[in-house]
Amino acid sequence: MIYLDYNATTPCDRRVLEAMEPFLKERFENPSSLYRGSRENKKAIEQARQQVARLLSCAPEEIFFTSGGTEADNWAIKSTAWALREKGNHIITSSIEHHAVLNTCAFLVKQGFRITYLPVSAEGIVDLEVLKKAISRETILVTIMHANNEIGTIQPLTEIAGLLKEKGILFHTDAVQTAGKLPLSVKELGVDMLSLSGHKFYGPKGVGALYVRKGWRLPPLLHGGEQEHGRRAGTENVAGIVGLGEAARLAKEEMAEEAVRVRALRDKLEEKIRQSVPEVIFNGHREKRLYNTANLCVKYVEGESMLLHLDFEGICASSGSACTSGSLEPSHVLLALGLPHEVAHGSLRFSLGKYSTESDVEAVAAVLPEIVAKLRAMSPLWPKER
Amino acid sequence: MEYTEKVLEYFRNPRNMGKMENPDGVGRVGNPVCGDVMEISIRVKDNRIEDIKFETFGCGAAIATSSVVTELARGKTLEEAEKITNQQVVEFLGGLPPVKKHCSLLAEEGLKAAIADYRARQARKKAG
Repeated sequence: MIYLDYNATTPCDRRVLEAMEPFLKERFENPSSLYRGSRENKKAIEQARQQVARLLSCAPEEIFFTSGGTEADNWAIKSTAWALREKGNHIITSSIEHHAVLNTCAFLVKQGFRITYLPVSAEGIVDLEVLKKAISRETILVTIMHANNEIGTIQPLTEIAGLLKEKGILFHTDAVQTAGKLPLSVKELGVDMLSLSGHKFYGPKGVGALYVRKGWRLPPLLHGGEQEHGRRAGTENVAGIVGLGEAARLAKEEMAEEAVRVRALRDKLEEKIRQSVPEVIFNGHREKRLYNTANLCVKYVEGESMLLHLDFEGICASSGSACTSGSLEPSHVLLALGLPHEVAHGSLRFSLGKYSTESDVEAVAAVLPEIVAKLRAMSPLWPKER
Repeated sequence: MEYTEKVLEYFRNPRNMGKMENPDGVGRVGNPVCGDVMEISIRVKDNRIEDIKFETFGCGAAIATSSVVTELARGKTLEEAEKITNQQVVEFLGGLPPVKKHCSLLAEEGLKAAIADYRARQARKKAG
């Protein structure tokens, strides 16, 4: 199998699995209990908290473990909205957010909140001028993703934070695609809250974290026991948390080297496709973008049909296309870039990672031109005369 | 979402795919904006569909259903072919994911549009 869908999820690193294993076996004690085993497990959680804090250059007390990126996004947005309702009812986000943010905002609309969806440029970058104009006295929260999962474009968070600071508006970012991939400093980014997810950087599924800046007392979303200092109830997913911590440690150590290697592979893949497949549009900002992501639209062909053929060849990729997600609309991200519907339907995303190799790139380059030619031959939209 | 083996087989090796030289009737349905366009061409002899071809821009289900509808229609009289329903196409494929049912409808409509075009051309010939 050739796996090129690392933005969807990553395999668990062997070292992460090894770190987790005792907590799925003999070290099962509830960290909230009194006996020695429990205290040791509590310590393991605190060590993981430090590891994640180091990844984000923040204090351990600012890290709260969750069940993943979706919970972290829901918590940050809903609890902020509800806590500051007296102050205002306006939230600003972007039109290319992950559904964990978009659908949370849509839910809040039903409760009387007003949401502004910032447009993006053709490269997928939010317009700061539009943001400035969108800010009102009612604005209580801005939530803008760090890097987009489909096209990889990285947003100018520091500049955005600069606009918000003087106005005292809280700033949240969904950093699910950058945590573990890029060096992050929450202070430099200037965010008040940041969501991350373990399985996007070789940790396990079902665990993530929310950074909450000291001084912002975000009320809990989940009520119950006193875990996470009463901010996030529920018996801790100890094995998952330990796995997340180890994944954070490894990422911090290895990301610089990985970035160079993976970028070279991604660039090579794009170059090979550019040379061998005509009428392709490459999406996302050329420089300000994740080093592992290649997103393209193949004109006159639909995305799912390309994915199926790639799957026949043992290649796992993805498409923002309609059909894969079970909706008939093409990717909201590609439409926000201004691509016509029929072009957006033909999207393909290859996202690389630490187990990607030169031969994976060669394999795609070897089969994609034929797949596209075959599908174009049967497409009534492809001008056959040329 | 899961496709049956039969859908994958028809997607991978579609029957009757391609362009027809001088067809007697052509039906084009769907819309590139919605992500699927089907074009079905027929050649008619003695009121029977002697040859039929399709071209499709679309997902796996769109390609498979258009191929199947051409197989079901080949050799049939126009009246028989007109009675082919999307349900028959779905059954032939051993089912389709709910979100893909519209593809089978498009296949049925494409065939009907090709027959209607054939009839319109015949009527014009008679009149002219």
